[in-house]
Amino acid sequence: MGYVATKGGEDAIANANQLVEFYRVKERTTPIEIAQIQAQFRLLIDKIMGEGSLYAPEHAALVLKQNEGDVFESAFMLRAYRATLQRRYYSETLATREMFVRRRISSAFREIPGGQILGPTRDYSQRLLDGELAEETLGSVEAFVAAFEGELDSSSLRAVPTIGKVIDLLTAEGLLREANPDENRRVVDVTREAIKFPAPRSAALQMLARAETGGLMALAYSAQRGFGSVHATVGELRMGEVPVRVRDARGRVRVIGRVRVTEAEMISKIKVQKKDPVPYLSLGYGLCFGQNETKAICMGILDRAMRSGGDAPCQSQEFVLYHTEGIESYGFTNHLKLPHYVTFQSSLSNLRQAVERKEKKRGNLGFGMAAAAKKETSA
Amino acid sequence: MITAKKFQHTYNYGFIDETTKKEIRRKLLKAVAIPGYQVPYSSPEMPIARGWGTGGLHASLSLIGPDDVFKIIDQGSDASVNACNLRDFVKRMTGCKTTFDTGAATLIQTRHRKPEEILTERQIIVFQVPQPEPLRSVERYEFKTRQMHAEADYAKMWVSLYESYVKFGAIMQAAGYPVRVHGRYIMTPSPIPRWDVPNLSMAPCLHVFSAGREKRLHCVPPWTKVEPLEFEDVKFCVEEFRGIVCAASGGDRAFMDEIYESETARKYVMNDPTSSTKSAPATVRCNGFSPIRRPRRPRRKPFLLP
Repeated sequence: MGYVATKGGEDAIANANQLVEFYRVKERTTPIEIAQIQAQFRLLIDKIMGEGSLYAPEHAALVLKQNEGDVFESAFMLRAYRATLQRRYYSETLATREMFVRRRISSAFREIPGGQILGPTRDYSQRLLDGELAEETLGSVEAFVAAFEGELDSSSLRAVPTIGKVIDLLTAEGLLREANPDENRRVVDVTREAIKFPAPRSAALQMLARAETGGLMALAYSAQRGFGSVHATVGELRMGEVPVRVRDARGRVRVIGRVRVTEAEMISKIKVQKKDPVPYLSLGYGLCFGQNETKAICMGILDRAMRSGGDAPCQSQEFVLYHTEGIESYGFTNHLKLPHYVTFQSSLSNLRQAVERKEKKRGNLGFGMAAAAKKETSA
Repeated sequence: MITAKKFQHTYNYGFIDETTKKEIRRKLLKAVAIPGYQVPYSSPEMPIARGWGTGGLHASLSLIGPDDVFKIIDQGSDASVNACNLRDFVKRMTGCKTTFDTGAATLIQTRHRKPEEILTERQIIVFQVPQPEPLRSVERYEFKTRQMHAEADYAKMWVSLYESYVKFGAIMQAAGYPVRVHGRYIMTPSPIPRWDVPNLSMAPCLHVFSAGREKRLHCVPPWTKVEPLEFEDVKFCVEEFRGIVCAASGGDRAFMDEIYESETARKYVMNDPTSSTKSAPATVRCNGFSPIRRPRRPRRKPFLLP
């Protein structure tokens, strides 16, 4: 009787839990330390923190270990943990102009004030397997780090100034416009109230920031391929740490820490108005935890697409926001594994009656499945 | 370095923090006040996956108290794995008593069934709902369905039922048959089988329907009329179990599970085995085969001054 054996459910769960724990460690290799995961799976941690909607690298590393590296499960677990923490403050608006920039590029201009900073990226690496990593030891790591640091001339490191934004150039020239100036600017928190449509932009951006990277990419890609026609240019993509400030009980603004974020400002044309036939530019905005450039860029494209209006999937807030919510879609698609025999029985009953009706019409009552079933049970 | 203390976390009673519980209870009151209306609520994340009963847990955990006796079933079964897991979770987070006995429970959480036994005024039943919107099959946008509800514009729904009749000779809606609550809102009774639909109407207990993923709550308060959508000449029908008896108890007049012991041998057993020893359920059959047997509302004794 499968997974509803009478009274068997609890034992089955306990056994399954034990078995999966056994699978996690059965090869008897050295347990990975949380610090190792945090240090060596930096980008994975960033992704989990973003989708889990909680900036907690150690916790992210812990859940990753616990789930044998399942990203969906880890982000989900982090979210569930987040829900047990009471929200005490809302931060002041993050000022990304204050960012300690580690990487910053613009594809809209060849040179930009402050300069293009490639920073830590694999964009221009050749994706070839590095066999040497298979033999990597603590010694070889230390040798590399020492050599790398030895090359740095600390006396020539100047304090990094805050760098202005590329979009400021366009704003100053009057080329950048609000896509729809009279949209709802109310700030809502989707973790405290259910989203309603049309959703204010704040809610849409919050949901995008918590969305699953792959889902965002699929829809943003569809927009680029012609289902929604957003032809965006990376106005600026920057990654680094920004201070987070909250207002304390006495009304003083205090810095409570720094978070690493990736910010994308995507530029694309707005629809030409009848009274103003100039195809001005407008921004699509993306911001997410850690270094996750794919996510920030796709957020930017979708932010723009959802505000442009049209019939393409990516232009519908409901379509984009509901279906890129990774924790919810992960849960619901997997819930199909739960028993559904009651609802299925209900459909079967309908189907058998339909077959019976058809047979009655043909006049050969007594040979169909439904009739056979009845004979069998009444016998 | 990480200290072990960092990951030692104690949970609030009922897992959800008090502010959020209060919010959910307020939304529940609103849902009781407007029968069948879907009330949006915060729906915090739970350590149970979305689609696996988070909504039910929100309602149960915000309602439960130390004196409550909790029962949870999945597909009618106490022993279903997910029910076991959720029962264990609720028990761990509240220390409440749990039971398999429908009559002994004060709070019942269920997925896809209403127990056959008639529930009383002292009981609350919480349904886990995957899709709270009955109009979703005819209108995909939430923005529009909310408008349709507001205007009681259910034309599309009626047309879809009519079309089903024209195409198939019957209304083919299986579980989650659309109902009208208190003569106003059309509601999906979670996907309970049609068999259970008559048991919602004029029932003494409070029904809470909670959809976590979709972040909506709705209620059928006690003694509220719930009518399945039907036409004058094409009536609502429950599932067909005519001539079928339970292989275990020999009883009939209950929702049956179809069991395959081998490729050819098939038998039926009652889905809700706890009901087999108790009173026969209220059921309605095709074409008014047998009328709904529903409990009478107790008459209040006239209050006389001594």
